[in-house]
Amino acid sequence: MSSGSQTIIKFTSVSKSWARGSGGLQKVSFAAAKGEFVFLTGPSGAGKSTILKLCYMDELPSAGEVRVSGVSSLNAKRTEISRLRRKLGIVFQDFRLLEDRTAWANVAFALEVTGTHHKAIPPRVQKVLERVGLGPKMQAMPSELSGGEQQRVAIARALVNDPFVLLADEPTGNLDDRASRAVFQLLKDINTSGTAVMMATHDLDLVRSSGFRSLELNKGALVYDSSDAPLPEKEH
Amino acid sequence: MSLALREVWTAFRRAPGLGVLSVFTVAFSLFAFGLFGLVAYNTRLALERLEERVEIRAYVTEGTETDAVAAALGDIRAFPEVANVIYVSPEDALKKARVEMAEFKDVFEPEFLPASLEVRLKAGNRGPDQVRAVAKRLNGYPFVDDVRYGEEWVQKFYSVRRAATAAGIILGIAFAFAAMIIIGSTIRTSVLARSREIGIMRLVGATDGFIRAPFLIDGLLKGLIGGVMAVTLMWVTRAALTATVFAFQFFPTPVLLLGILVGAIIGLLGSALSVGRQLKRV
Repeated sequence: MSSGSQTIIKFTSVSKSWARGSGGLQKVSFAAAKGEFVFLTGPSGAGKSTILKLCYMDELPSAGEVRVSGVSSLNAKRTEISRLRRKLGIVFQDFRLLEDRTAWANVAFALEVTGTHHKAIPPRVQKVLERVGLGPKMQAMPSELSGGEQQRVAIARALVNDPFVLLADEPTGNLDDRASRAVFQLLKDINTSGTAVMMATHDLDLVRSSGFRSLELNKGALVYDSSDAPLPEKEH
Repeated sequence: MSLALREVWTAFRRAPGLGVLSVFTVAFSLFAFGLFGLVAYNTRLALERLEERVEIRAYVTEGTETDAVAAALGDIRAFPEVANVIYVSPEDALKKARVEMAEFKDVFEPEFLPASLEVRLKAGNRGPDQVRAVAKRLNGYPFVDDVRYGEEWVQKFYSVRRAATAAGIILGIAFAFAAMIIIGSTIRTSVLARSREIGIMRLVGATDGFIRAPFLIDGLLKGLIGGVMAVTLMWVTRAALTATVFAFQFFPTPVLLLGILVGAIIGLLGSALSVGRQLKRV
């Protein structure tokens, strides 16, 4: 386990079931530490997205407890959940950008709706877009950007509030190999600078070659946690 | 607040058709309701004018001392239901009859017409039972020969009035519901069209109040503009009807302002409910 370091996400015997469909969880327990990079792997419907949704409390567990940065699923109020999400960065396979606004406006939106002072917005947006390598394309509309670039906008939006963890649901799922590698490299860089990353993926090669911790799910159960086994030295 | 207003503007610019459509829907729903209200209001005014014509006439026996009648006048005036009483002498009756029935003016002679008391009742005391009660009391005076008040007419009038009131209330409620449902579903459509945005706002940690604000302003504005448009349409319609059919009374200003306020409130509530439903989804 993440020996001695500060736990930021903790699942204790978490179960989630829906009246219909797959993606439920059965008694999943694990913890993730500050600054850690964790992969969630497993077939479709194994519960990877559910774990991420539980982390940002889009869903609440049917049983057990999810604790993220001190906020517990057992008694979180809606405003607490909103405040928690400001400290989380969330990225999806389908980017979820607002199509009618520029890259710049999409990122600024995340600051505006969380009540950031308007004078503080431009420098932060500029900085984060440069950080993801989109400095020259700040004024482009999403439709004018490639998939990889759109995902960078989404990542910039996720990073602009300086989150302690980035939750990424198949962020490379819609991208070709080259763009995937570039986006993954970006996520690794973000992690190196101190932000924890939890990434759901199908790409087992990526998981193996990275050497990061991985949690494997199958039919809603956590079947393997690489941190329980001896690991080779991490390579960045 | 300025951000909320900007979001309202952005949403309108993105889908101006939808915005205009919802304003028109609000306007025409309120217009239909308002037209019905206008007809109901004018019917009511007409009935009130008719009701004022309810009167009781007590015929005085020939040869009665004027003193006795004068004493009774003060007495009758003090009845709680009575608004005023006038004494109509045979000469006055003749003058009136000659005016009202000009073609027979040479037939009438003074001794032909008896003197009478013309009793008018206060508003709210003109129902068939009250009219009958007053008539009965008038009949109790020894100098009163006969009392007439058009019993049949009064009864018919009140049953028409009851029917009109009942129809007004039922139709009014139906129209109001139809307007609210139509306006509500239009606003719901415009909220659904922005569900993606609501989802993103939630993901980045906007509070419910923050997400709601632009939609509430949007609903309020649409209701307000729709309300003003409905009032304008009604005014134009009334002018056209007055010019061609007959003189329609327009609503008094406070009623108009209330109408616009109702439009704004329906818009606001419709938005609040629709956004609430979107937000509840997590």
